[in-house]
Amino acid sequence: MKKQLVYSRFNRFWHWMQSLLIMFLGLTGFEIHGSLTFFGFRQAVAYHNTAAVMFLVLIVLAIFWHFTTGEWKQYLPTREHLLAQARYYLTGIFQNAPHPTRKTALSKLNPLQRLVYLALKILVIPVMVVSGLLYMYYRYPQSSGIQSLNINGLETVAILHTAGAFFLVTFVIAHLYLITTGSTPTSNLKAMITGYEEIEHEEPQRN
Amino acid sequence: MKRYLIPSIALVIIALYFIATVTKQEAPPDNTAQLKEKYSKRSKASVDHSKFSQLQRTFTRPQDVTAACIDCHNGRHTEVMNSSHWNWEREEYIEGRGVRYVGKKNILNNFCIGINTNEQSCNKCHIGYGWGDKGFDFTDAKNVDCLACHDNSDTYMKKSSGAGMPDPTVNLTVVAQKVGRPTKSNCGTCHFFGGGGNNVKHGDLEKSLFDTHRGVDVHMGTDGGNLECVDCHTAEKHQMLGKVYSLSSMNRNRSTCEQCHTATPHADDVINEHGVKVACQTCHIPEYAKVNATKMAWDWSTAGRMKDGKPYEEKDSLGNILYASIKGTFTWGTNVRPEYVWFNGTASHYLTGDVTDSSGPIAMNALHGSYDDPDAKIIPVKVHRAVQPYDPVNRYLVQPKTFAMKEGEGGYWKDFDWNSSIQHGMDYVGLPYSGTYSFVRTEMYWPVNHMVSPKTNTVGCTECHTRENSRVANLKDFYMPGRDHSAPVEFIGTATILLTLLGVGVHASVRIISRKRQ
Repeated sequence: MKKQLVYSRFNRFWHWMQSLLIMFLGLTGFEIHGSLTFFGFRQAVAYHNTAAVMFLVLIVLAIFWHFTTGEWKQYLPTREHLLAQARYYLTGIFQNAPHPTRKTALSKLNPLQRLVYLALKILVIPVMVVSGLLYMYYRYPQSSGIQSLNINGLETVAILHTAGAFFLVTFVIAHLYLITTGSTPTSNLKAMITGYEEIEHEEPQRN
Repeated sequence: MKRYLIPSIALVIIALYFIATVTKQEAPPDNTAQLKEKYSKRSKASVDHSKFSQLQRTFTRPQDVTAACIDCHNGRHTEVMNSSHWNWEREEYIEGRGVRYVGKKNILNNFCIGINTNEQSCNKCHIGYGWGDKGFDFTDAKNVDCLACHDNSDTYMKKSSGAGMPDPTVNLTVVAQKVGRPTKSNCGTCHFFGGGGNNVKHGDLEKSLFDTHRGVDVHMGTDGGNLECVDCHTAEKHQMLGKVYSLSSMNRNRSTCEQCHTATPHADDVINEHGVKVACQTCHIPEYAKVNATKMAWDWSTAGRMKDGKPYEEKDSLGNILYASIKGTFTWGTNVRPEYVWFNGTASHYLTGDVTDSSGPIAMNALHGSYDDPDAKIIPVKVHRAVQPYDPVNRYLVQPKTFAMKEGEGGYWKDFDWNSSIQHGMDYVGLPYSGTYSFVRTEMYWPVNHMVSPKTNTVGCTECHTRENSRVANLKDFYMPGRDHSAPVEFIGTATILLTLLGVGVHASVRIISRKRQ
């Protein structure tokens, strides 16, 4: 057992900023959607737009980080241990069975995480970003100005954006719960805060 | 590391681009201070008409006053005679109908219905002398009534049922010597009382505006802009800016908020962007008829009831007529929340003789527009709903003769005989009448433009952006955040969240139980 740096400083910054922004965007977004009342509609719109811009900047920084550090490889999907990982969550975890995959600095994600996070990165986030930008820069039918985004109404854009938001809420709930499934209920959380995690064996060759 | 150099520079540039594009544009300077400065200077007459030798005489005939006016203001009468104030009709292009000459002269409404055969009474508000029937000479300049608009003595008034002639009590000499720029009282005398009483027609134009405060009308309030009508409704060669779509069809000569306030008067871009699809009035006039009631509905079908063989009236506690034997049943409203429609500045009209179905409400002046229409904005309207006489055989609305000086002339208000009244009216306009009548529902749309509230009392975001009771709930041709949602997405989304919570709960419970067992 030795403590090892699993999450670099930027990694942690990115993760926590992203989690804050997503939750804030969810809160303000669902207020705009009419599901809840918190800040007041006008403030919610203003906050949502500002947070959206911050999120875009963060995404750009994160993309840069992923490619410069090679971290993007963490998200390459694998079938190896995929079923074993699923079986672990369905039965093994109740019998105190060991995790079928081991976390290392070079392979932080188990096969299920890889799949879900990859889907987030290449599907959900892009859908939210594109629909969000269209939402912001949509030009209403008007006689003046260029019809740069001549899409037929906001409906499709808005409904896609809402569907994505529902998915993200679901993700956050599941994610918050799965944090507790580390070697101890708080080990994952501590790791994401400090960056360090106790790892049994260093096996750099895995994956 | 070198191979990341170009992509990383590109990414930084993209990031900066995003930050730059969303950075707030500099807010346009708020020009209300300049406007206040400009309009606080009251216009002063440049001349004193009482000193003019041409007016040092006793006028007994109003036509002589007109002749005296024309003597100096030569040519002005031709401008007046080219105006809709004089002709009561305008050349209009109506979608699907072509070019038509439309105005009070020939159109039907759903209040007193129409002027034909009733000129003696209705044309009290014509800016001329003696338009008592269709034989009136519109080319005779001496019949132009300069005083109705230019009297500054506040003593001029027209005679009731006098076809536009002045009341005999008026001292024309006094009036002629005290003329000037039109004031609220000139315009309001007719425009506040259209339809036979105060605020009957417009809802946002009524006698309280003669002397009001900014809470009622921020522009006309004496503690607000203290504006005169003609400050906004400016005139060039006696052609006034602004017209109302009860009679107009084309998107021209409109008096707009933007002419003073610009199209982007707010510091907040999001609010300015609303202006692309939402008229200023929609948010800035949360309600109309703020002081005195306006007529919301008129049912002609109940007219003719008698008490002890005599016509009668019933009034509410505020003096609004609820029933009149000569006119039927009325509904009134105060502090009315407008209805909202898309409007691109063009309207069509029910023209006398148009064959139409009797089933639905007949739109007297359909306002055109939709979300997809690049020129259309959401505007507030007063909808006046009526039940009025109709010829079910010829299938058109009828023009009844309502007014008569005495019994036996066919006027409904004296004889209470619809058949005779309609026969007289239809003969006059040259259309056949089948001899049977029924009543149909009609609607008339009055864009609400006045009684603008102070900015602290505008329509709030969630009065429209809300699922329940949105002000624009009836405008369903577009998606509006906060109001609209997709039911399937909502259901599946909520269900997924609930199932996830349930799954987490069950999973966690089983984990806790199994751990305890071990």
